[in-house]
Amino acid sequence: MTASAGDGLLVAVDSRIHRLPAQVKIVALFLFVLAVVATPAAVVWAFALYAVLLVGCVVLAKLPPATVMRRMAVETPFIVFALLLPFVATGPQIEVLGLSVSESGVFGAWNVLAKGTLGVVAAIVLSATTAPRELLAGLERLRLPSTLIAILSFMVRYLSVVSDDLHRMRIARESRGYTGGRAGHLKAVAAGVGALFVRSFERGERVHLAMQARGYTGRMPQLTHSGATRNQWLEGLAISLTAFAIAVAARVVGL
Amino acid sequence: MHVPDGFFDAPTSIATGLIAAGAVGVSLQRANRELRETGPALAGLTAAFVFAVQMVNFPVGAGTSGHLLGGALAAALVGPWTAVLVMSTVLLVQGLLFADGGLTALGTNITLMGVITVIVGYFVTRALLQALPKRVGSVVPATTIGALVSVPVAALAFTGLYAVGGAVEIPIGKLATAMVGWHILVGLGEAVITAAVLSAVVATRPDLVYAARHLQKDLVLVDADGNTSTVAPDRPIAPKPAGRSLGVGVAFTFLIAGVISLFASAHPDGLEFVGAKLGFESAAKDSAVASSPLADYGVSGIGNTQVSGALAGIIGVLVTIAVGLAIAKLASIRSAARTE
Amino acid sequence: MSGPSIQVERLVFAYPDGRQALFGVDFTVEPGERVALLGPNGAGKTTVVLHLNGILGSVTGGTGSGRIRIGGTDLHREHLAEIRRKVGLVFQDPDDQLFMPTVRDDVAFGPANLGLRGSELDDRVFEALSEVGMQDHADIAPHHLSFGQRRRVAVATVLAMRPEVLVLDEPSSNLDPASRRELADILSGLDVTLLMITHDLPYALQLCERSLLIDDGRIVADGKTRDLLADPDLLSAHRLELPYGFDPLSVSGPER
Repeated sequence: MTASAGDGLLVAVDSRIHRLPAQVKIVALFLFVLAVVATPAAVVWAFALYAVLLVGCVVLAKLPPATVMRRMAVETPFIVFALLLPFVATGPQIEVLGLSVSESGVFGAWNVLAKGTLGVVAAIVLSATTAPRELLAGLERLRLPSTLIAILSFMVRYLSVVSDDLHRMRIARESRGYTGGRAGHLKAVAAGVGALFVRSFERGERVHLAMQARGYTGRMPQLTHSGATRNQWLEGLAISLTAFAIAVAARVVGL
Repeated sequence: MHVPDGFFDAPTSIATGLIAAGAVGVSLQRANRELRETGPALAGLTAAFVFAVQMVNFPVGAGTSGHLLGGALAAALVGPWTAVLVMSTVLLVQGLLFADGGLTALGTNITLMGVITVIVGYFVTRALLQALPKRVGSVVPATTIGALVSVPVAALAFTGLYAVGGAVEIPIGKLATAMVGWHILVGLGEAVITAAVLSAVVATRPDLVYAARHLQKDLVLVDADGNTSTVAPDRPIAPKPAGRSLGVGVAFTFLIAGVISLFASAHPDGLEFVGAKLGFESAAKDSAVASSPLADYGVSGIGNTQVSGALAGIIGVLVTIAVGLAIAKLASIRSAARTE
Repeated sequence: MSGPSIQVERLVFAYPDGRQALFGVDFTVEPGERVALLGPNGAGKTTVVLHLNGILGSVTGGTGSGRIRIGGTDLHREHLAEIRRKVGLVFQDPDDQLFMPTVRDDVAFGPANLGLRGSELDDRVFEALSEVGMQDHADIAPHHLSFGQRRRVAVATVLAMRPEVLVLDEPSSNLDPASRRELADILSGLDVTLLMITHDLPYALQLCERSLLIDDGRIVADGKTRDLLADPDLLSAHRLELPYGFDPLSVSGPER
């Protein structure tokens, strides 16, 4: 995640999902995750259906499964937490594979894993089908405050520049024979990070000067973006609505 | 500490969502002046910096690693209001672009990592700056301690949220011990990096450190004829007097303390933990033996605990919402009064 | 336009970190002139240039004194917007200048701030990009362009504001020889007053008939570029060096 941080996430193919306006996809993602979270953990079939829906999206968006799997790694810390739950949670104990574990802990682990994983995959579908610029335009369309949009767009624009700086500094450190013990590592990282901040901050000042030089007075121009048609909304929200139907069914029908 | 979807129950997610929205709203209003002077580019670059640095891991121990959260650091460098916006932006990008932290948990994540770390870090920094010698260099130790404190406090807040809205019953005392103990180590790493960044900035561009702007020396200017004069530096966005930041800090501490006391009263383990810390081991011994996990959470006890836990949760949620809204309201009244 | 394009008198400035960069700078540039601003690292070149449209200096609350007139207009807070339209500034690092998500958005940023909208804005963007030969790259993200292309787009972002004075900070730095020549072709074809910071002395000779030499925050020489470059004592006193084998008297310059 160095040179291409941010827009390296886009899987540049053409698909129905790629073509949907970003604001539709953001709302659809949010509603989908909401439906998933609202589903009782015990209704296992509902989660199976959600998974089928998501796999359908991944296929429809022509995303390589390996890429999706690789990006799911961000979830790791909470998988560890979830796997610990059966052993630390209290309540009635049950026997699984000869181990005595907490029943509610097992359920909790399932709950965290299922909902977390579905949420992560859904978010991956969004970031893999939407260029960062589109995402910004979508958020602006969804009336996120303009100051936040401005900060966001500068962040996205300079993410790769700052990451490149960081990367170059690491190469410079390592090419001067630095191998790194534990304490030495922290010290070297810390010093590098200090220099990185001064660089980033001074760039921020220069960018602001460059903006002022071109007549900036405190209001960013609107990004050019197109509205979504009703059909696009319907198409994008179809999956979320299905998910909501599943969530309601799961509540009503139960197991 | 990026919380995924479904980790906390709906009321907790909604409540923290409201707190986060309130905090961001207030910050947007209050950061307006800072942002007008320095521009959104600076905040965006700071966000990119925090994001990049969060990808750098440092070893914590036992073969694991932690990474910088950056709330206290950002608060010292760009001011608390802008820092809340910066941290929220980072978390939004992480959630939307990198699937790091669930979307429905965005409010929780912003509250924990974007608001609590910033406010605790900045409050400690300002309080220490009052006590330390009045020069720019003092900001380094002050913020370092602020960073050190902010991480375990955020971990404690996480534990509090878990007690209120966690999906599974686990002994909260144990969780608190584990979370806080672990995050003290992470906080040490955070402190080292924070110290390094601030010393680098103080050495090269002391004028950049927001928290120390009021401590800057006057400038010496030599004019075209060689005459020397002393000029006060241009500092458009120096921090407010300590009184206000003190007030915000106190209000926030109340908020956290409220949440934690709630879970403590609902969960005997939490009380035991606090008791042990305070040195009441002997007094608590009997009950500690009697309330071994099985005794506490017998079949009949479960219903009780869940009911009381849920009650505490609801009350906690209401209190947090009320406090959050009150702070937002207060701030908006104040800023409205000022603009008139 | 009445009066000189740029008139700077007794300019003094200290940065907020306490470092004083300018100790009394005086110079004048007439309309249509092309002037190179030479000097060693840290001499104050960029600081002078950032004063010309009121980004630095007492007009925006900075610490300093002196007087600046652009096209006969005093640099005052109430004229700031007008002056910033007249003086187009191209920064040294195109990454500082190109901050919007696409080339089109970026070139449109300045004219949009001037109040242009709709098709008028689109025409202005297309015109500016055509001037630097980048009209086919409007929808690309700036960081996907080569460095030379980014530099050209940076020039276009400023041309889109139709400046009367074009100020460039080291336009030839980090360019490969072909990009360097292409940029020179673009610059020599523009009908504006030009002030150009550079370490690239042959570039100064090629594009600018006149040069200013600044060191330690003061102007130390002002004259024909060819005369300055032909004075080895002056150059070495201020840490300037001609490339190996380059003879300023043997090549043709802009003066014809």
